[in-house]
Amino acid sequence: MYVAVKGGEAAIDNAHRLLAEARRGDPAVPELSVAQIREQMALLVDRVMTEGSLYDPDLAALALKQARGDVVEAVFLVRAYRTTLPRFGASAPVDTGTMAVERRVSATFKDLPGGQVLGPTFDYTHRLVDFALAADTASEPAAEAEPRADAGTCPRVTDLLAQDGLIEASPPDDGAPVGDLTREPVDYPADRALRLQALARGDEGFVLGLAYSTQRGYGRTHPFVGEIRVGAVAVEFVPEELGFAVPLGRVRLTECQMVNQFKGSGAAAPQFTRGYGLSFGQSERKAMAMALVDRALRAEELGEPVASPAQDQEFVLAHCDSLQATGFVEHLKLPHYVDFQAELELVRRLRAEFERKTETVEMQEAAE
Amino acid sequence: MSATGMSPFLGGSASRELPGRAPDDAQVPSPERDRGIVASVLDAAGNARGSGYNFAYLDEGTKRMIRRAILKAIAVPGYQVPFASREMPMPYGWGTGGVQVTAAILGQSDVLKVIDQGADDTTNAVSIRRFFAKTSGVATTTRTTEATVIQTRHRIPETPLTEGQILVYQVPIPEPLRFLEPRETETRQLHALAEYGAMHVKLYEDISRHGHIATTYAYPVEVAGRYVMDPSPTPKFDNPKMDDCPALQLFGAGRERRIYAVPPYTRVRSLDFEDHPFRVQEFTQPCALCGARGHYLDEVVTDDSGGRMFICSDTDICETRVAEAAR
Amino acid sequence: MLAPGFADPVHDAQGTFRAVMDALARPGLVRPLAPFLAPPAPLTPELAAVALALTDADTPVWLDPALAEAADVAAYLRFHTGAPLTDDPARAAFALVRESRRCPPLGRFALGTPAYPDTSTTLVLALDTITDGQGLSLSGPGVRGTVRVAPGPLPDGFAAQCAENRADFPLGVDLILTAPGRVAGLPRSTTVTEA
Repeated sequence: MYVAVKGGEAAIDNAHRLLAEARRGDPAVPELSVAQIREQMALLVDRVMTEGSLYDPDLAALALKQARGDVVEAVFLVRAYRTTLPRFGASAPVDTGTMAVERRVSATFKDLPGGQVLGPTFDYTHRLVDFALAADTASEPAAEAEPRADAGTCPRVTDLLAQDGLIEASPPDDGAPVGDLTREPVDYPADRALRLQALARGDEGFVLGLAYSTQRGYGRTHPFVGEIRVGAVAVEFVPEELGFAVPLGRVRLTECQMVNQFKGSGAAAPQFTRGYGLSFGQSERKAMAMALVDRALRAEELGEPVASPAQDQEFVLAHCDSLQATGFVEHLKLPHYVDFQAELELVRRLRAEFERKTETVEMQEAAE
Repeated sequence: MSATGMSPFLGGSASRELPGRAPDDAQVPSPERDRGIVASVLDAAGNARGSGYNFAYLDEGTKRMIRRAILKAIAVPGYQVPFASREMPMPYGWGTGGVQVTAAILGQSDVLKVIDQGADDTTNAVSIRRFFAKTSGVATTTRTTEATVIQTRHRIPETPLTEGQILVYQVPIPEPLRFLEPRETETRQLHALAEYGAMHVKLYEDISRHGHIATTYAYPVEVAGRYVMDPSPTPKFDNPKMDDCPALQLFGAGRERRIYAVPPYTRVRSLDFEDHPFRVQEFTQPCALCGARGHYLDEVVTDDSGGRMFICSDTDICETRVAEAAR
Repeated sequence: MLAPGFADPVHDAQGTFRAVMDALARPGLVRPLAPFLAPPAPLTPELAAVALALTDADTPVWLDPALAEAADVAAYLRFHTGAPLTDDPARAAFALVRESRRCPPLGRFALGTPAYPDTSTTLVLALDTITDGQGLSLSGPGVRGTVRVAPGPLPDGFAAQCAENRADFPLGVDLILTAPGRVAGLPRSTTVTEA
C-alpha cells in the first residue's frame, strides 16, 4: 500500500541517526582516520579541494569521511564551509615557472631544459588488480633520481615557443582586478579569467566529457600537450598596509598548457594558441580537460565559428558546477504534489475533452 | 460516514495524523504552543544560543549585498536583480534563494512561518524552519495570521495576507522566458525591450491545440504593467492572490542568482487573451477534513483500488477550521 | 577621536534596513528611524545609519559638497563602511545628500541601463521634516490608490524631476528620504505630482 511521506522533526532526526550509523559501517572494522584518507586517498582529496575551491587537505579528507566517500557531497561540505571564512583579499599570482616539479611531461618536445620527469603516475602501469594490496604489505621504496645538470631550472614549454613568436603571446597583466565568480554573479559574455574559475570548480566528469567532445569534432582545437607539471609553488600575499609580498605557504598544483593549432586570420599570422588548465594537488585529468575546454571557449575571441557545446560559454558555465547540477536534479525528490495536482486536473480534463470529441465523431459516423 | 473514515491508514483522530501533518516542535511549552508560536531562544547579545554562527547564519557583508539587491528589486517590480548567491548549507534547488532572502531581512522580533506545498510540516519546511530557529533564534509559528515573515515553496496561504507581512518565495527558475529562449543574453534583451510576444505566442499555441491555455503552474504574470515575471511554481490557482496584495512579496533564486519583488498593492496580471480570459482551477468537492470550498486541495490516494480523498494543501487554515468546528 | 558606529552592528543594521525596505516598498509611508549614532557634523544620524547599514567596499559613495567638505565625515564613513568615495555622481551606488535643497538634478546620477536597471544610484537625502499631508501626491506600486506626503525642504522643480525619472522607467534613481527620527521612500516606480 502507498504510504505518504510523514514529515516532522522526528523523521528527520531518525534519518540523520541512521545516516550516522550507515556512515560508520560495521563497527567491527576499524574507523578510518582523517590522516589515512588524506594520505591514502590523496587524489580524491585533491579533487575535492579543486572543485571545492579550498586548499585544505585535512578539511577535504574530513569532508570525504563525513560524506561517505561521495565526491559531490564532500565538495558541497567544503564549499559551504568556505563561504563562512573571512576574506582578507586575493593572493599574488603564483609563478608556476618556479615550481618545484615532481612530475613534468611534454608531448611536444622529446627533451627540453629541466627534462621529462615521469613522477608518480598511473601512466604505463598495467591495470591489473594488485591483490598484494589486500594484505597490508609495505611498498618498495622509490628509487632516488640522479640529479640532472639542469635540475632546478624548468622553463615552461610555452615560454620556449613564445621566444620564437610561434605561439600567441600570453596576455600581459593589465593590473585590472580579476573578477570572482563566488562574489559576483556571472554576466555573459564572461571573460577568460571567470571562465577558467568556473572550469576549475566545475565537475571533473562534465568538463572531461566536454573536452572529449572537442576531440571528436564538436569544436575541434587540434591540441598538443605542451606540458603538464605537478609540484609545489609558493603563495604570497601583499597586505595593503605593508605594500610588499609576504609568503603564506606552499600549495601543490597541476598545470596543463595545451598548444593548439591556429591557421591565423586576416589580422593574425598563423601561430599556435593556448589552452590552460590548473587544479589543486595532482589532478591531471581535470587540468587537461580544462585546458581543452578553455581553448574551445576562446572560439569567438579567435574568430572561429561557435557551433558546438564546448564552445558555448553560456552552456558550459551554466552547467559545469556539480553543486548547482546535483541540487537541481536532486530537488525533484522534494514534494511537488501541489503542481502535480494541477497537472493531474489538466490531464483529466484534456482526456475528458478528447473522449467527448471522439464520441461525437463516432455518433456522427453512426448517424451517417 | 465521514470522508476521513475512508482512509484505512488515517486511524481514529484522522485530522491530526494525516500524512505530512504530524505536529513538529512538539516539546514546546504549552501557552506558546497553543498560540502556534515557538519561543525565541536568543541569548543576551541577540545571537542564537550556541549555534556558533552569526545571527541568521549569513555574515554581515553578504546580508548587505542581498539587502541592496532587495531594495532594487522593490524599486523595479518584477525585474530580476542579479546577486552573488552564496553556497548555503542546504543544496541548490532546495530553497537557498528563499533562505538567503529570509536571512537578510529577518530581525529578532520577527515571527517566522515556513511552508512547502502549503504545509508547515513537510520535511523541507521543517528543515528550513529548524535552520532559522537554530541560527537566528527567532520565534516560529505555523499560524499564517501570527507570522511576520512567511517563506514558501509552491503555495500562497489561503488566509489573506496583511500589510505587516512579507512573503518570501523559493524560486527554481526565475526567468519566465527560459523555456522559450535558453540563453541569458537573449532573455535579458527581451526584458530590456519589453518584448514578450513569444510568451503570448506560446500561450496561444496552447489555445489552438487544446481550446484553452494548458499551463497550470508557474503561470506567467505581468507586474505593474512592465515586466513579465515567473511567480515561482505555485499553481495558477494562487496567481490572483498576488494582485494588489497588502503584503510585500520577495522572490529568491539561489542557484540562478536572482532576486525579484512585488511591492504591496501592485497590479499583478496573469497573461491572457480577451477571448480566453485567465481562469483558475476549480475543485468540484470540498475539503474532506474541514469542508472548505474554494481552497486548493491535495489529492491523497487512500488505497490501491482507486480510493481518493481531497484535503486542503494549506494545513494551517485546515487545522484552524477543524478546531473551530470542534469547539 | 572617531565617533563610534552601531552599538549593535548586527541588529542595528537589520533594523535600519527593514525601515528603509518598508519605506521603499510603501512609498509615502513614513517609518520611524531612530539610530543611536552621533556622527560628525554635518552628517545626520539617519544618513549615517543608512550608510552603515547598506554601503561597503563594493559600493562607491558620492557625498554632496556640504558633506564632502567635512574631513571628519569622510573619515567616519571610510572607517565604518570601507566604501570608496567618488566625486562622480554617475558612478555612485549611493549618494548622501545633506543639503537637500541643493541636490543635483536626478539625471546626473547613474540611471542604470535597459539590460541592468539595477546599476543605478540610490540617493539618501537629509530633510528637516517629513510629515503626512499637503506636499506631494504619490501613486504606483506600493501605494493603495494615492497617498500624500510632505517632505522638505526639496530642490526647486522636484516633482517635475521625479516625473522625468518616472518617465524613463525601468531606468532611474531611487530616493530614500530621511528626517530626524524618520525615513520615507520614493522608488523610481512611483508617480509623483504636487498636491
